[in-house]
Amino acid sequence: MKAEPGHRRLLTAIDTALGCILLVVVVQIWLLTASVEAALAGDRAISLPALLASGACFAVNAGLLRFILRLDRLGR
Amino acid sequence: MVRREFAKFLVLGSLGLSFGNVWLWGRGLLAGPASPPPLPLPLAGVDEVPVGGVKLFRYPTGADPAILIRLAPDRWVAYGQKCTHLACAVYYDHGRGAVVCPCHHGLFDPASGRPTAGPPVRPLRRIELAVSGGRIMAVGVAAP
Repeated sequence: MKAEPGHRRLLTAIDTALGCILLVVVVQIWLLTASVEAALAGDRAISLPALLASGACFAVNAGLLRFILRLDRLGR
Repeated sequence: MVRREFAKFLVLGSLGLSFGNVWLWGRGLLAGPASPPPLPLPLAGVDEVPVGGVKLFRYPTGADPAILIRLAPDRWVAYGQKCTHLACAVYYDHGRGAVVCPCHHGLFDPASGRPTAGPPVRPLRRIELAVSGGRIMAVGVAAP
């Protein structure tokens, strides 16, 4: 049985949001790695901006998760 | 349902990574006052180490391996012996004119300690030297 077009669009939107979450997580991994390297080199000034950027990334991910959960509820 | 769980898992990971940055920042805030400068340590006589030769020692504590290198008749440098990539013991290759890390083939410039090739990105920890009474002395650790 073929999925309805509406359902397919829903899945596409969810998959896109998932892909965005994954991308942001990769950025966060890089951010943490760079912060650790800088801290080991004695540069502590970078830790606060990195923390704020990582927090912003998490906020974006939380928003995307909320979006996915809402779409999931719509689809059921 | 699988997508939902996967999304939750990723966002949980994202939260964990954010906490990693929080921990790093908090650690910087809680770092205590700088420890007192280490005592000077005599390393070698001025003619004890030949040009291109090295002497291993431990400074500022017994847990910190270090290497003294005589680059020229009147030029000595000393660095912490731990590679800044993954802490392997580095050695001086006079033929190549580089401090070499055998683990992942990192290279450091012996004059400055800066990485010149391979995975290391931070310079070797430089140890400050002074000549006193015909002896090379370690007198401190340079700020990173």
